[in-house]
Amino acid sequence: MRTIVRVTDRVEETPSTVTLRFPFDAPCEPGQFVMVWIPGDDELPMSLSYTAARSKGITVKVMGDTSRRVQAIDAGVLLGIRGPYGNRFDLSPRRVLVVAGGSGAAVLAPAVEAGVAGGMVAVVALGATRARELLFKDRFRGMGARVVVATDDGSEGLHGYVTPLAERLLASTAFDAVWTCGPEVMMRKVVDLAGTHRVPVFCSMERHMKCGLGMCDACAFGPYHVCVDGPVFSADRLKEVPDFGTFHRDPTGRRVSF
Amino acid sequence: MADLGVRCAGVALRNPFLLASGIWGESGDSLAGAWAAGAGGVITKSIGAVPRPGYPNPTVETYERWGLLNAMGLPNPGIEEYPREIKSAQNAGATVIGSVFAGDANEFARLARRMEETGVVAIELNLSCPHAEGFGTEVGSDPDDVERIVQAVVDKVKVPVIAKITPNTSDPAGLAAAAEHGGAAAVSAINTLRALAIDVRLRRPVLSHGLGGLSGSAIKPVGLACVWQIYEAVSIPVIGVGGIMRAEDALEYVMAGARALEVGTAVAFEGIRVFARLTHDLSSLLDELGYDRVEDAVGAAHTRP
Repeated sequence: MRTIVRVTDRVEETPSTVTLRFPFDAPCEPGQFVMVWIPGDDELPMSLSYTAARSKGITVKVMGDTSRRVQAIDAGVLLGIRGPYGNRFDLSPRRVLVVAGGSGAAVLAPAVEAGVAGGMVAVVALGATRARELLFKDRFRGMGARVVVATDDGSEGLHGYVTPLAERLLASTAFDAVWTCGPEVMMRKVVDLAGTHRVPVFCSMERHMKCGLGMCDACAFGPYHVCVDGPVFSADRLKEVPDFGTFHRDPTGRRVSF
Repeated sequence: MADLGVRCAGVALRNPFLLASGIWGESGDSLAGAWAAGAGGVITKSIGAVPRPGYPNPTVETYERWGLLNAMGLPNPGIEEYPREIKSAQNAGATVIGSVFAGDANEFARLARRMEETGVVAIELNLSCPHAEGFGTEVGSDPDDVERIVQAVVDKVKVPVIAKITPNTSDPAGLAAAAEHGGAAAVSAINTLRALAIDVRLRRPVLSHGLGGLSGSAIKPVGLACVWQIYEAVSIPVIGVGGIMRAEDALEYVMAGARALEVGTAVAFEGIRVFARLTHDLSSLLDELGYDRVEDAVGAAHTRP
């Protein structure tokens, strides 16, 4: 079930995120994730940040418990990869507002890349705590997307959160869709904003996972499972999920408020 | 169309297919979803006295579509938090059976009593859990332990008590008989088979916990053998579990002696719509074989004097 791969490259994208590249042939659609086994340690769901035919990539936040262990992963290390799992972003909209908070940019990057390659116009509202944490700013620009930024500390772009930036963009431009990924409370605001402007919005969700197969219920999300019904959810579906922006579940299954 | 309604352990079920414990059972919404998808009843995740995160991942390995190995480690939110999920499922109209696990008879009885308070129609005892003292074998592998635990629970609750029998034994019928002596209203057989997967490149077991439990099609012949032997050894109803993917599998279990069935791993491979398919196909199969009711086929493969 798992493919054992050897990490080919390690790239420090920002002080708090690292990209690991590895050979993996399975076709992976933008939005999909893989379960990554760090042998002797843990196995975690990670969205693919690079989906090239032969070489895939994951971009991991280096903070907290597991991420410290990821910090130790260098080229040459063996990982177990299974998947890809989950659904994908629909690439048919012609003009998309992409709202990326922190490491959420990693999830959205393959979708922007594929979308722009297909003729989509993408405006990326990118938010981070400070300028050095703006993930994939240059990569998005290199794809041909227009990028506007916001930083919590004002070191670059708008001094504040990315949501007011998104609001301005929604008010001044007609978009066919909004794609978003980042802290759940942020995504909840983005969904509300998009709803006010009557634009379809799609969120990439995250929940604790164990099986990744839609069986164990660890990633139960209202009537859905993030691993098989997501991770990309439309606003229509999110309406049916009282959990969204309200609570998630810890590894025991207990509800934990955001 | 053949009648799929069954009565088992004093509980009337609209069809014999119960959602097995450990599948879709962490949230009330999921239990409700399984009910809405056509399950005849839903069995909760096995609940213990305190919250448990379970083992680290990897916790699952699959073998194409014929087997699944898991070592989840009984993750559950604990008996204090879980009742809200049960209530949510009950509000959606689901027939809910509560599963509990513990390390000794007293703890089983206390948990069963708490579980009964939630209004579940029956309680299933997960006996495939470690001894409180950490013996390394399952609590339910010794007939005396099984009888003692079942008795302690039956003394404490009024709802029917179902004992889930482990296959990791040379005498499943003996375990089932012990459960009957202890007052069980039914037995379910089988739980998962002790099993292991190794990654040869990493030179280590695949699952973080090492040993795990095998489920799915691979274990059906073992499950059938256990149900067969148990049916001959006890008078209480038997619930058949293990590798039910298609209606034929279900009817094999029924003819081996099962009055109701549990479906688990099939949900991983087919999705929750497996319940609708199983009920539809079992009805057709019973029609084809000339049965008016599924209950008429129970034990049909045994030669009765």
